[in-house]
Amino acid sequence: MAKSQITLKVNGKAVEALVEPRTLLIHFLREQLNLTGPHIGCDTSHCGACTVDLNGKSVKSCTMFAVQAAGADILTIEGMAAPDGTLHALQEGFREMHGLQCGFCTPGMIMRAHRLLQEKPNPNEDEIRLGISGNLCRCTGYQNIVKAIQYAAAKLSGVPVKEAAE
Amino acid sequence: MIPGAFAYHRPNSVKEAVAMLADLGQDARPLAGGHSLIPMMKLRLAAPSHLIDLGGIGELSGIRADGGDIVIGAMTTQHELIADATLAARLPILRETALVIADPQVRYVGTLGGNVANGDPGNDMPAVMLCLGATYHVAGKGGERRLAARDFYEGAYMTALEPGEMVTAIRIPAPPPGHGAAYEKLKRKIGDYATAAAAVILTQSGGRVATCSIGLTNVAETPLWAEDAAKLVVGSALDAATVKKAAAAAEAIASPASDNRGPAQYRRKMAGVMVARALARAKSRAA
Repeated sequence: MAKSQITLKVNGKAVEALVEPRTLLIHFLREQLNLTGPHIGCDTSHCGACTVDLNGKSVKSCTMFAVQAAGADILTIEGMAAPDGTLHALQEGFREMHGLQCGFCTPGMIMRAHRLLQEKPNPNEDEIRLGISGNLCRCTGYQNIVKAIQYAAAKLSGVPVKEAAE
Repeated sequence: MIPGAFAYHRPNSVKEAVAMLADLGQDARPLAGGHSLIPMMKLRLAAPSHLIDLGGIGELSGIRADGGDIVIGAMTTQHELIADATLAARLPILRETALVIADPQVRYVGTLGGNVANGDPGNDMPAVMLCLGATYHVAGKGGERRLAARDFYEGAYMTALEPGEMVTAIRIPAPPPGHGAAYEKLKRKIGDYATAAAAVILTQSGGRVATCSIGLTNVAETPLWAEDAAKLVVGSALDAATVKKAAAAAEAIASPASDNRGPAQYRRKMAGVMVARALARAKSRAA
């Protein structure tokens, strides 16, 4: 099958690539761009480990073709920390609040939480739980993931983080 | 999982898309949000030779009032339905239903048109469309025709769409102000299809039900319009005995399969329970 030429922006960088139409976005990100932060978990659009931000939406990159992302602006976990390595508030929150054990779901959780906080900077606990309902974690019971997102929400709103860590 | 190979097309207009559908024949499928079709392609349950991506057709998105109707473009996403102020005020049952479909990521991408046109009995919007008396705008190479949602569903994944046709918009008669509506869905977890679900819209006059319509999700090969159940409650004050009769009438037309969500007998019973709950909640919201 003829390959398609696509241009898009990934983590702020212009990317031009040839893809087979059937190449899924997750395979394109991981295998052609070597961005292995987005994970393949269930591969059936349930678990959310492959979540990336695409044109201001959280999407499951296992359920989209790379050709559909032509012209898009994509952010993956690799694009979250500052260029000098300073962690994003969400990454810091997951570290500080023990929001991960094995870490497999974490890139998807953080990318989903990132979009949630863009839309709702101060979500309550219910809103956080509904907001991450498309992401599965098999280690933590979600408690510390919720706390990590609360930590980041507080930090990003300028509230002293000690309060968030109560 | 890697789907079978296909050729990818991205038309810029409905006209171009239906010309492609006609020219490429039965092996071509339109691609909306893709959250039903792509998983099926990954499992090789679907293997279209051509995908016609509707994502580049601006005229297929958006929500507008047209006289007494609300017209929603087929490519409008569930996320957009949830966020829309007009719908929240005039047709809140759409927001309520969209919120129990899948999960946030899927709702950003999944479309109303895909949900109603796919013919999957597990999809939630078709029963709501039967309940509301919606009409689908359908485009083909020969032009546009309109199909009543109540005549659209023929079997699991079988609809009244002819080869080469696609749904371009959904037209819903706006319910009168003061109506009450509810979508009650029993599911095992977030993201699940319904064990059973019911959509109800009603109006009241002097404490009695003046008009009522009921749709059922995932308890048969197609969504069901529970006409008899709705007739039973018209004129009543929704007393317990009448609600029980309506629930029984809904159960009588349900013919669910036994699956992981429960045996057929249980799922049929739950159709009645969802009708009773949706009636109560719709009544509590009606003026």
